[in-house]
Amino acid sequence: MAGIPHDHYEPKSGGEKWLHSRLPIVGLLYDTIMIPTPKNLNWMWIWGIVLTFCLALQIITGIVLVMHYTPHVDYAFASVEHIMRNVNGGHMIRYLHMNGASLFFLAVYAHIFRGLYYGSYKAPREITWIIGMLIYLLMMGTAFMGYVLPWGQMSFWGATVITGLFGAIPFIGEPIQTWLLGGPAVDNATLNRFFSLHYLLPFVIAALVAVHIWAFHTTGNNNPTGVEVRRGSKAEAEKDTVPFWPYFVIKDLFALAVILVVFFAVVGFMPNYLGHPDNYIEANALATPAHIVPEWYFLPFYAILRAFTDDVWVVMFASWISGGIIDAKFFGVLAMFGAIVVMALTPWLDTSMVRSGRYRPMFKWWYWVFVVNFVMLTWVGAMPAEGIYPYIALLGSTYWFAFFLVILPLLGVIEKPLAQPETIEEDFKAHYGKAEMPAE
Amino acid sequence: MFKKLAISAVAALTLSTGGAMAAGGAGYVKDVDFSFEGPFGKFDEAQLQRGLQVFTEGCASCHGLQYVPFRTLGDEGGPHFSEAEVIAYAEQNFEVYDEALDDFRPAKPTDHFPVSGFEGAPDLSLIAKNRAGFHGPYGTGINQLVKGMGGPEYIYSVLTGYTGETKEEAGTLFYENKAFPGGWIAMPPPLSDEQVEYAGGHANDLSHLSKDVSAFLMWTAEPKMMDRKHAGLTGVIFLTVLSVLLYLTNKRIWAPIKGKKIG
Repeated sequence: MAGIPHDHYEPKSGGEKWLHSRLPIVGLLYDTIMIPTPKNLNWMWIWGIVLTFCLALQIITGIVLVMHYTPHVDYAFASVEHIMRNVNGGHMIRYLHMNGASLFFLAVYAHIFRGLYYGSYKAPREITWIIGMLIYLLMMGTAFMGYVLPWGQMSFWGATVITGLFGAIPFIGEPIQTWLLGGPAVDNATLNRFFSLHYLLPFVIAALVAVHIWAFHTTGNNNPTGVEVRRGSKAEAEKDTVPFWPYFVIKDLFALAVILVVFFAVVGFMPNYLGHPDNYIEANALATPAHIVPEWYFLPFYAILRAFTDDVWVVMFASWISGGIIDAKFFGVLAMFGAIVVMALTPWLDTSMVRSGRYRPMFKWWYWVFVVNFVMLTWVGAMPAEGIYPYIALLGSTYWFAFFLVILPLLGVIEKPLAQPETIEEDFKAHYGKAEMPAE
Repeated sequence: MFKKLAISAVAALTLSTGGAMAAGGAGYVKDVDFSFEGPFGKFDEAQLQRGLQVFTEGCASCHGLQYVPFRTLGDEGGPHFSEAEVIAYAEQNFEVYDEALDDFRPAKPTDHFPVSGFEGAPDLSLIAKNRAGFHGPYGTGINQLVKGMGGPEYIYSVLTGYTGETKEEAGTLFYENKAFPGGWIAMPPPLSDEQVEYAGGHANDLSHLSKDVSAFLMWTAEPKMMDRKHAGLTGVIFLTVLSVLLYLTNKRIWAPIKGKKIG
């Protein structure tokens, strides 16, 4: 697919020409930073830079933490306390890293929800979406393993519960679980491999981020109208776009600075608010916490995992038809991973010809119910699995799957979309009045 | 759109994971005002020093503080004792096992407080942080966010929450306590009115002793709290200024694109 026509880097001096004919790296950077970007992007398009910042923050603070951390069951907890008490600035570095994970997930959820609302997953951006989902999965794996490293009670029992999920797979489950743990239970071998992978995966994520950016720089950004940039000529494209630098770099940095004000307030004034107090108790294989609760960003999926108990008819049906191979536990595991799989398949499940939710009157409602449902699942995931909570979780899980598997395919057929603007320029002018762009 | 998402993001944040619900009916935790609450709150040096005395004369007979080095008693933003006082305190109150001597010797500032001497008595280094889970009501975390309720409030409530009732179960004596989850605790009432005599004649009823030791244990759990708040405040101020500058820059560079006059 032809990119949006724009100016390319021209090496001028002798030195520039010398380098460019050998390694066109300056040209690559120039094209990346000067990419024509739809000028009508709204404030929901800032999360990319927040995410890039988070990845950098986590890698930099993480590298420093590793210098002082000891991955051994006898020393891990004490070495974290050593960082908190004796390492210069160690308490800030650790709190930045701890809360950085929360900011990272907050941003990734906002980013994903923006993509869902504006149809950013639709052709030709399916690859961008799929890579994004892979990044999201790796983020979850990395965060989960990182949470085990301080070797507190929730680290230990969280690791026990989550690796136990693999044990629910029929026949091969237990060998897989043992292989993951490096033994029959969570122990030193587990801590060591999680440490190793927690250090490795962020660099895999960084590589995938590069591919993610490469993919949408090939197709061009989506925008709030979902209408494509005109690319017949450079002059035409320039009516719809402005270069990324400086227009969006400055805008995004402004948004990032505002978000960081809040982030620093959390780190400085209430750094343990989002964490579980039990993780300040050293891991103890003989004392199970009253409630094992994952970090907040896993709660929606934790709720889905726990929603399918053996008195739910789909579970009974699955169990009957599989001759008992699929029990409630395995069903829950399938549902949890399935929830992400169906989200990854959105480009093919959404049948609407209209990209942006702005012009889809019915979709809008279902979408906002989906967002509220997500928040509800987050909340119910933190509640004990008793009383009314399992029913709420089941309702929420059902809506999750119904949204992707029933509502999105049907809406494309029955919904009458609103009129879309012809061009991005038209949308932009409708917003900012008729004034002409000054000649450049 | 952005506003709506911001609201849902805040909602999601508020629904924190915390030990939302202590098992078997959470106890009653009283909201106590401490000097270190809020973004500008500071530890009260004199209170931390009194709290150390309560710990030494009361808690230390059973409980340890294994992550706390004696030298940190001299830290600014903590009890802030003089070097001589720290040396004297460690030497006079604690003995540690020295591998080189293969014997016990008086503690030095470089040593840590000992571990718990009594099996079943938890180490108190982090108790103010690992009992901080009052994310009520309904797991929303509002109590913690608005009232600043946390571990020190819990410690205070346990210390002052004994009703005087006891029961024996499987050979262990349990004491009824309004703050302890489940209502019955194995620890006998550790403090009573005027149990510790303060040098300056400061009030030493149960409530004051409990409050002082709770504040001290907050410091042992979070010795760098003052540094942290200072760094947080610096960050917030710096980033706020940066935000304003970036806002103005952004407004100016976009003005011609949006057809506005540069003001």
